[in-house]
Amino acid sequence: MTIMTDLAPARRFREFNLTWSDVGPFLALAALLIVGFFINPEFLSATNLANVITRSAFIAIIAVGATFVISSGGLDLSVGSMAAFITGVTIMFMNRLAPGAQGWAIPAGMAMALLAGLLCGLANGLIVTVGRIEPFIATLGTMGIFRALITYLSDGGTIPIDRSLRDLYRPVYFGTVAGIPIPILISIVVTVAAAFLLYKTKYGRECAAVGASEDVARYSGISVVRTRTVAYVIQGVCVAIAAICYVPRLGAATPTTGLLWELQVITAVVIGGTALRGGKGHIWGTVAGAVILELIANLMVLSDFVSEYLVAAVQGAIIIIAMLVQRFSK
Amino acid sequence: MLSRNQFAALVLSSVLAIGGHAFAAEKKVIAVSIPAADHGWTSGVVYHAQAAAKEINAAFPGVEVIVKTSPSAAAQVSALEDLSAGHKLDALVILPYSSEELTTPVKAVKDAGAFITVVDRGLNDPTIQDLYVAGDNIAVGKTTAKFLVDKLGGKGDLVVLRGIPTVIDDERIKGFQDGIKGSELKVLDMQYAHWNSDEAFKLMQDYLAKYPDIDAVWANDDDMLLGVLEAIKQSKRTDIKFALGGNGMKDIVKKVIDGDAVTPIETPYPPSMIKTAIYLTAANLIGQAPVRGSVKLDAPLITKSNAKEYYFPNSPF
Repeated sequence: MTIMTDLAPARRFREFNLTWSDVGPFLALAALLIVGFFINPEFLSATNLANVITRSAFIAIIAVGATFVISSGGLDLSVGSMAAFITGVTIMFMNRLAPGAQGWAIPAGMAMALLAGLLCGLANGLIVTVGRIEPFIATLGTMGIFRALITYLSDGGTIPIDRSLRDLYRPVYFGTVAGIPIPILISIVVTVAAAFLLYKTKYGRECAAVGASEDVARYSGISVVRTRTVAYVIQGVCVAIAAICYVPRLGAATPTTGLLWELQVITAVVIGGTALRGGKGHIWGTVAGAVILELIANLMVLSDFVSEYLVAAVQGAIIIIAMLVQRFSK
Repeated sequence: MLSRNQFAALVLSSVLAIGGHAFAAEKKVIAVSIPAADHGWTSGVVYHAQAAAKEINAAFPGVEVIVKTSPSAAAQVSALEDLSAGHKLDALVILPYSSEELTTPVKAVKDAGAFITVVDRGLNDPTIQDLYVAGDNIAVGKTTAKFLVDKLGGKGDLVVLRGIPTVIDDERIKGFQDGIKGSELKVLDMQYAHWNSDEAFKLMQDYLAKYPDIDAVWANDDDMLLGVLEAIKQSKRTDIKFALGGNGMKDIVKKVIDGDAVTPIETPYPPSMIKTAIYLTAANLIGQAPVRGSVKLDAPLITKSNAKEYYFPNSPF
């Protein structure tokens, strides 16, 4: 892929001349909603949709960050473990502060989460760029490290949040503003900010340029090291935001928190229309991808067609069919 | 924190034991090989194994209990080789990662003259073990089912959350299905949530959306029950009379002690069975008490009256 073909869709987007990869994920989402309604009308009930979209928020927020990493030609396998690690560190920090600071422990914990995410992302970024290690291997390494750290911190058990903070923090996952669950609002804010960054700023274009062709980007005077490192930092911050929403849901971190989230995140990004080899990122498509994944899982439970033993196979098949439909209708 | 310090002390003491082996040759060595703490239940096994080692080492100066945790089956095989190379083992207490890979290495330890105690998961060749200690997964399901049949008057609609497709999961489900047989309790739905709180939370939300009326929920493990309870709390539904788990997690046993209305009972599959195994092995070495055979721990109903026996507030599980 050359830099010319890569920049062409970006220009079209600005003229609101949408390409198939921009709308494809949303058509798939609409189709899924219609099919779902015929399988079980309960599928489209407000409560069910609110539940499903709220719980897709973690994957959506992390996947928005992953769109930057993948668009710039990288990959991050550590996001699930990182989410667990940040969750654990945040809860321990808040519990430590709780006796003195009471409710203030929560915003302090959130700040701690963001700092931890930023540093984790920076570490990943520097290992990949300055250390020049393949992203797959580098983040496979940090994935193991973060997972081991949360296991160590929890002694293999759970790190529960202090009882005095539990009810105060609970609304961040379970609360609503004007009827919309708070995690959904947070995802929207994150997505709008990310879309602005990716489509309207110099950095966003550098990101796509580096992902499309590292050499061409370098000859054009773009710092590949800086662009990729910043992408990993953005990813780290997104993981931290997801962790902030996650803590109040079950109020605990365990060694199995965030297990295999990295695969869901990468799947959401690819369903959303961003190529795994890098190039232009599709932020809104990514979010649609995350919601599609969660809807499929929901539909598996609400329908009675599929044996519990075959659920994973049907989910896999639906994802492949969705991608094939996108490919062949271009 | 405490258990890490204990662990450090244990590592130190076992290092010292290797160094001082020549001087204390008459000490009998019990090696304990268990999986590393990677989720709630195994973290409980590590906690109770270390507690047993500390207690026995303090009580019997003639015995040295060495605990070694391994993060995988391959690592456990290496750990067995290291343990037998560094000491003459008088006994080995092992909770094998997998039956297939550990059978031959354990046989080698036995051939060198050690007393073999196998815990929880059996080896492929049961003639290797001198003592076998395990819980009863079928009873975990059956005891819970009997309680529901009794309390719901033999009639009602249930939803069930399964774990990871394994023998353990199959046995619990089979015990449960046997337990409700003959009553009018009906399982509306049964899906896998992989013994994971998050997946259980999602699955329970979906069950609640799908079924307007549910009398009771059974999650065949306490990690999942935590997710289930959170989903019920969010829905503000009042039709669910019982939400039960299994395994003996301290948070759930605490609920039983506190007299929770929705979770009034618990069924144990206790990680502390490792402690039973270590003590029995020590009894054989020190007191010449005959222990060869099989010990199957029952899964009795834990209610408010006996819950204290199963409550370990300092354990991570």
